[in-house]
Amino acid sequence: MRTIDYTIEPPVIEGNPSLSSINDDIARPLETKPPKSWYIAISISLTMLLTGAVCLAITFIEGVGVWGVNQPVGWGFDIVNFVFWVGIGHAGTLISAILFLLRQRWRTAISRFAEAMTIFAVICAGLFPAIHTGRPWLDGYLLPYPNQHSLWVNFTSPLLWDVFAVSTYFTVSLVFWYIGLIPDLASLRDRTTNKIKKLIYSILSLGWRHSSRHWNHYEMAYLILAGFATPLVLSVHTIVSFDFAVSIMPGWHTTIFPPYFVAGAVFSGFAMVQNVLILIRKVFKFEHIITLDTLEKMNKVMLVTGMMVGYAYIMEFFISWYSGNQFERFVFLNRALGPYAWSYWIMVSCNVLFIQLFWFRKIRRSIPVMFIIGVLVNVGMWFERFVIVVTSLSRDYLPSSWGMYIPTIFDIGILIGSFGLFFTLIFLFIRTLPVVSIAEVKAVLPKSQSSYGGSH
Amino acid sequence: MENKPLYSVSATFNDINKVYEAIQKINEVGYKNYDVHTPYPVHGLPHAMKLKSSKLGWVTLIFGFSGAIFAFLFMYWVNVIDYPLVVGGKPFYQLPAYIPVIFEVTVLSASVFTVVWMLFILFKFPNNSHPLIDTDYIKRVSVDRFGISIQANDEIFELNKVKEFLKSLGAEEIFEIYYKVDELKDRPRIFDKKFLAFLALTSIVVSAITYFILNQLLFMSPFNWMHEQFRINPQTSTTVFKDGFGMRNPVEGTVARGYLPYPFKGKPAEAEMNLVNPLIPTQQVLKLGREKYLTFCSPCHGNFGFGDSRLKGQFPNPPTLHSDRLIKMKDGGIFHIITEGQNVMPGYASQMTVDERWAVVHYIRVLQRAVNPKESDLR
Repeated sequence: MRTIDYTIEPPVIEGNPSLSSINDDIARPLETKPPKSWYIAISISLTMLLTGAVCLAITFIEGVGVWGVNQPVGWGFDIVNFVFWVGIGHAGTLISAILFLLRQRWRTAISRFAEAMTIFAVICAGLFPAIHTGRPWLDGYLLPYPNQHSLWVNFTSPLLWDVFAVSTYFTVSLVFWYIGLIPDLASLRDRTTNKIKKLIYSILSLGWRHSSRHWNHYEMAYLILAGFATPLVLSVHTIVSFDFAVSIMPGWHTTIFPPYFVAGAVFSGFAMVQNVLILIRKVFKFEHIITLDTLEKMNKVMLVTGMMVGYAYIMEFFISWYSGNQFERFVFLNRALGPYAWSYWIMVSCNVLFIQLFWFRKIRRSIPVMFIIGVLVNVGMWFERFVIVVTSLSRDYLPSSWGMYIPTIFDIGILIGSFGLFFTLIFLFIRTLPVVSIAEVKAVLPKSQSSYGGSH
Repeated sequence: MENKPLYSVSATFNDINKVYEAIQKINEVGYKNYDVHTPYPVHGLPHAMKLKSSKLGWVTLIFGFSGAIFAFLFMYWVNVIDYPLVVGGKPFYQLPAYIPVIFEVTVLSASVFTVVWMLFILFKFPNNSHPLIDTDYIKRVSVDRFGISIQANDEIFELNKVKEFLKSLGAEEIFEIYYKVDELKDRPRIFDKKFLAFLALTSIVVSAITYFILNQLLFMSPFNWMHEQFRINPQTSTTVFKDGFGMRNPVEGTVARGYLPYPFKGKPAEAEMNLVNPLIPTQQVLKLGREKYLTFCSPCHGNFGFGDSRLKGQFPNPPTLHSDRLIKMKDGGIFHIITEGQNVMPGYASQMTVDERWAVVHYIRVLQRAVNPKESDLR
């Protein structure tokens, strides 16, 4: 029998490119005129963004009454979208921090992009709690600052934890991303001939000069940030789940929520990263950097986290039966069989059933099929949040105060707008900054490390 | 060229293994002020250069702990001392509920300060005027070459010797790097006229925008604190009711809560005879009476009832409350005056509830007793 040596990893970058060709390849999108497809793409995303902006402006003038929220469903699309977008962001930190700590070298090709996606997703997410207050220009009161009313915030409220968690997450992600960008910005500074570009890159790269004495501290800082980002990313969705779990609503008041939310977040985030990366590697001809092996590994992560989410669905049902609490039992039966059953079954089929196709290697390595599954996963995960938020609120303890939630055109418009914002930011990002980390990719090329250096 | 001061002699190499061998030789010869430039972090290079491993972790530790302690103390101060707020009957100090925020603040301060410390204190960035920046050497190094720079301020530095030494190590190209003279002369450039003008312009624009937002924009629709709402305002018409009036009259024959009609209208003597103070002068009642007295009575009658407020001389003098007539008057009589008014004094029935008026009566008695104490009080 043939024995396989599992200790040898397949090369992260295919085709054994030279160091200088890495610079050329990654900088090409920044130095050439964008193709027609880019203009088409950004005009679509800007149209979506404008739709959202108009709906939002009308909301500000008329008040949140134009949304579908009312008693008893006071949390509608706004909170659903918030949880959805925060979740999307989680994949980026997972790829850049957790896989870094686990020394998964295949992350290098996709980490920069995933981190950028984190930042854009958190921007989209942060929008929703802000507008959910109805008067977002007064949101300064969410922060504890010494104001003339001598009011302080309530530090024991999960909604305030959210403010801290999301803003910390955004700041740390931004810092992590920027730290990774500095050497690449310096490389771009040294290669550009355009005066204005050179000025911008010089300011942003702060005078980085690739010194080994700096790399020594830099690597330590990167390790420390990765070490902090890891518990941070777990804490953020945990705290988001506390918004629900700390309440006493049947269907929300469960201890499984934190791990269940984190797994779901990673699941949907990976689906989003995979979808967008497939487009980028095609358009920019990065097939040798973002390899099929990398995409396959992402699909495996999606399979694992999808199974965790599926386990959570089953466990929720089991616990609601096992608890003997009739309200809990009713809520879960209502989810599967009640007026919102359609959304529950969309969620289950997209998140649990279709993902099982990834057991087959052929499907894991087929670009069109994995793209479609990725889209379905995101649809499913959006509906998961919809099911959690809406079904529990619409039918709780007192049947006399049950009510249905019907989103209005403004709700849908703002959801479309958030996708528009996300993709607009991504399209701008891929034309202005290197979508793949130049320095990190060089470091994992074969023969890039010395034979004297030994292992890390 | 000659009058420019030399910064370093720098050489590029095309193989990372040659750099390792070169570092060994440099250490043998004994150069101290040298640096290696690589386009990506090379593992083991700091070790070969005999650099100590980074101490950055200590910065993280210190700022992380400071963040945690600050967050805890701040929350304790807010929730227990400065602004205790009862929520669901829970205790003010509840450690488990503080943990999420403590954790977030720890992460935030630790990671932000680690990066700030590294960039601005360890590296002394931003430093775009460094002699290496913008040289052909750094342009090679940022792509695919590995560079070694031996600095001119090294103790055993001699230009030609170093050049030959680097050549013997297998260097591809050798550069002499000079300081940029104009950079050296112009320091500090922070007082540059252009820069100062830029600062001034920025501050003017920022303050104008801030002024506009805080004093104008927030008072425009829709930012004006929910002034415009879907509701019927007083004195406006409506189509909801048949008569077209937005305001409603009470239904005939009904009495609103707390608005029992006063039976002694215009009959002070009967009021004094029949009304009895229903409140007992407890500490709480007196406190309420004091508060209402200071709000409604003191502007004319003065803080202690001597009629010596700042209105004295502008109106017919407000009378003192320590006159014999008032000391002898029964509680009901004073209550009647507060309710109905007297001479130029208006009635306060619409400003104070019945109980509040009675509380004020008690407080007036306290003032009178303080001015004319009984013998037992003095003992």
